[in-house]
Amino acid sequence: MKFPVLVEVKLREGIADPQGATIERALPALGFAGVEGVRVGKAIRFMVEAPDETAARALVTKLCERFLTNPVIEDADITVG
Amino acid sequence: MVLFPGSNCEHDVVAAIEGLGGTAELVWHGDRSLHGVDVVVLPGGFAHGDYLRPGAIARFSPVMAAVTDHAAAGGVVIGICNGFQVLAEAGLLPGALQKNRGLKFLCRTVELRVETARSALTTEVPVGTILHVPINHFEGNYTCSPETLAELRADERVVFRYVDNPNGSIDDIAGICSTGRNVVGLMPHPERACDELTGSADGRPLLRSLLTAGLATRPA
Repeated sequence: MKFPVLVEVKLREGIADPQGATIERALPALGFAGVEGVRVGKAIRFMVEAPDETAARALVTKLCERFLTNPVIEDADITVG
Repeated sequence: MVLFPGSNCEHDVVAAIEGLGGTAELVWHGDRSLHGVDVVVLPGGFAHGDYLRPGAIARFSPVMAAVTDHAAAGGVVIGICNGFQVLAEAGLLPGALQKNRGLKFLCRTVELRVETARSALTTEVPVGTILHVPINHFEGNYTCSPETLAELRADERVVFRYVDNPNGSIDDIAGICSTGRNVVGLMPHPERACDELTGSADGRPLLRSLLTAGLATRPA
């Protein structure tokens, strides 16, 4: 079976996010007040072939650990299906 | 010199090494052999376009298995700038390089303090020496876990610190080495500081140390 996958890569908690901080600082000047906690990540979408959803998730988890994230600074949220 | 698609500092290193009496050759990243070299240098640039993360794809280049074997056998491996990012991604050095604090691409000469003479790049440079060496990077903000930092400090594996931290690196770190002290990664470019005519010759003693270390680790 083929499963659609969404991997959201985000900086781990406590890791400084200069992109998020810059966006947050720019918002008031653009007229957007009250926005806080901006964090910038990446969204990666693809299809994966696997016998079932559990197997698909296991494969994607491994893929994230080995390639799509740098575990020193990043985490991933994985959505399958 | 390993040449990845997107490397752009390899000829600077070749010129610097040859200027010091060494010989250098380029090894394509798709090559599985290092051709019996004494020292491997991973140069600066944008290997594989820096897509996903700097070094993330380069670490899977076929040549990296040979580089890992060379390092494991005690051979000297140096990563400069993008090369440091590749070594970190490959797990040959701990930690990671993040986007600079302030989000600016930094291209200027900085002051570096040599923190240990016990690394393949610094055997001929006394601790405390201040060197003027250019940096040229967007993702040079070194970061690691508190445990790793404690280890690096306890083992004297911080090789260089910035005198005036330009990029937000933890503990002002500009370069580190492996437990065996044969693998060294640094963000500044010693090969661009090899002639007074272009601003500084402070990179020369570093590259001389490298050649000495290469000879010392040559298999008998």
